[in-house]
Amino acid sequence: MSNTNPKTLFEKIWEKHIVDEKEGQPTLLYVDLHMIHEVTSPQAFEGLRLSNRKVRRPDLTIAVADHAIPTWKGRDPISDPIAKQQVETLSENCKEFGVTLYDMYHKNQGIVHVIGPDLGLTQPGKIIVCGDSHTSTHGAFGAFAMGIGTSEVEHVLATQTLRQFKPKTMNININGNLPNGVTAKDLILGIIKNIGISGAVGHAIEYTGEAITNLSMEGRMTVCNMSIEAGGRAGMIAPDDKTINYLKNKPFAPKGDDFRIATDEWLNLKTDQNAQYDTQINIDGNEFEPFVTWGTNPGMVAPITGKIPDPKNSQDEDEKSSIIKALEYMGLKANTNIQDIEIDKVFIGSCTNSRIEDLEAAAEVVKNKKVNSSVSAMVVPGSTLVKKIAEDKGLDKIFIEAGFEWREAGCSMCLGMNPDILSPKERCASTSNRNFEGRQGKDGRTHLVSPQMAAAAAIAGHFVDTREI
Amino acid sequence: MKPINRHKGKVAPLDMVNVDTDQIIPKQFLKRIERTGYGQFLFYDWRFNEDGSINTSFILKKEKYKNSSILVTGDNFGSGSSREHAPWALGDYGFQIIIAPSFADIFYNNCFQNGLLPIVLDKEIVKKIINKTTNENEFNLNIDLESQMIWDDTEEISINFDIEEFRKYCLLNGLDDIGLTLNEENKIKLFENKRSKTGGVISI
Repeated sequence: MSNTNPKTLFEKIWEKHIVDEKEGQPTLLYVDLHMIHEVTSPQAFEGLRLSNRKVRRPDLTIAVADHAIPTWKGRDPISDPIAKQQVETLSENCKEFGVTLYDMYHKNQGIVHVIGPDLGLTQPGKIIVCGDSHTSTHGAFGAFAMGIGTSEVEHVLATQTLRQFKPKTMNININGNLPNGVTAKDLILGIIKNIGISGAVGHAIEYTGEAITNLSMEGRMTVCNMSIEAGGRAGMIAPDDKTINYLKNKPFAPKGDDFRIATDEWLNLKTDQNAQYDTQINIDGNEFEPFVTWGTNPGMVAPITGKIPDPKNSQDEDEKSSIIKALEYMGLKANTNIQDIEIDKVFIGSCTNSRIEDLEAAAEVVKNKKVNSSVSAMVVPGSTLVKKIAEDKGLDKIFIEAGFEWREAGCSMCLGMNPDILSPKERCASTSNRNFEGRQGKDGRTHLVSPQMAAAAAIAGHFVDTREI
Repeated sequence: MKPINRHKGKVAPLDMVNVDTDQIIPKQFLKRIERTGYGQFLFYDWRFNEDGSINTSFILKKEKYKNSSILVTGDNFGSGSSREHAPWALGDYGFQIIIAPSFADIFYNNCFQNGLLPIVLDKEIVKKIINKTTNENEFNLNIDLESQMIWDDTEEISINFDIEEFRKYCLLNGLDDIGLTLNEENKIKLFENKRSKTGGVISI
């Protein structure tokens, strides 16, 4: 049968969710899953209260405390009164509006983008939103998942729909396989290096190619997670057998016959042959190496074998001044070898790299070794469930024996809204997603890397090529 | 939401590209549960020194840019975190119009929800505006949303800008998106009825 109107994965999901469409207006889309957290929801609930509105579908809404909570053992007390009020406000709002909440002591608690997949709430074909830009993570399952602002959170709470102008489509196809020792994190850092931090603005990205399908679900989540760092509205990967196997028997995944029916539908969610994307990017898998960011945005990336760039070599004035400003902030000199950069802190965690596979990879590197005496290092599992699985596998012991702190689950030092922050001028090898000025603490200096690279840097005290250890 | 139509105001330049929302409003101020009062924290790490004193070298602290209501800046303004605290802070500080060659998607959306008008103009025009406001004693721009025109007092700059009709309509009328959507209740119900046939597991 010839397909006269071939469509992309994104277009298929979009069309299935149209509630209303009017010429010149944003499309009204139905939302299958709305996840909320303490930081971007209080003002939305307040808005509902002021206009006497209800949460339309509490059954499709899940709340979790993750951003501002302490991660030290036992968690108590929240020493910051304003953070405490925010976490308590979430509890009160969820109670008043009938929304399920996983508070910081709940067994299902964790970073919102880790627990969605953990629990099987994240499923192919869904539209998933959250007041958090890293919602793109859920696209790894072939969902259309995007971050929204607080006004939109309120809109979804009240109506279970979202008004959106249709983004353009972009295909990022990675030809061939990744070289040995190159991880999913390196892949996405390399992509951002290639297309730039605004390279995908206005687009929903679909990642394809052997290097993508060969990734585990954890790896795919790492890639989709950082789509926003390239400016993308969303990132997604078509579901396949790995997706199905991951979701099987997850608490909120369909069961029995329902799962079989769902599987048939999910495996059909793919871009039709001959479907056209608005923008096509092809990158050769061989171009990727272990990467380290050296500057103050996630596009400022150099290979581990490389050097800090020299602004003198830059033709573009905006770029030149950005490099100069970034190097000044980072306390780095042009042409320094990446491997000569010494670090003070290591943070393994965040919605980018805190899943069980990430922790296993890092543990493998630090096993029977000691964290360098000049470095303090911490591991913050992405969810309470990930923490438990890791402990069942004995990973906590490996980390603790090596000299890492082993924490409770949360966003932690990725954005330093809780007490886990860098001191001024401290330099951190971090598995998180943003190296913006002050992100991990005022005047803190962040280098984004993979879990393996962070672990190796913790041992050596400086960045090292993980392919050589 | 307060409607916008005509606006005239002083222009403050922030001649940088990729200004992310972590810079617009640093994370330590995201713990508040209100929508208001964020202006005092706008560009906090740039406006204030480590000891809390005012960083007088920061451009927005210059006397001539005091009470500006229009911010002109570089490419990809508002990138990064989805925090709506960014437009709240800009609005509360006194900005109503943000001009840049390009904006990050979520920030751009968030502006319209809060009565802020983001205007995309060609890079050359943006550079020209930055130069003018830097070099002249006082530089004002006039904006007419209805006719989508922007001009300076000498009309040396006088140009049309693009905006989706629907966004314009909402800003002109100060419309609440939620109210509009709730008018479509029947369509939402209809969609939900079809959706529940598959048990709500799979979207229809």
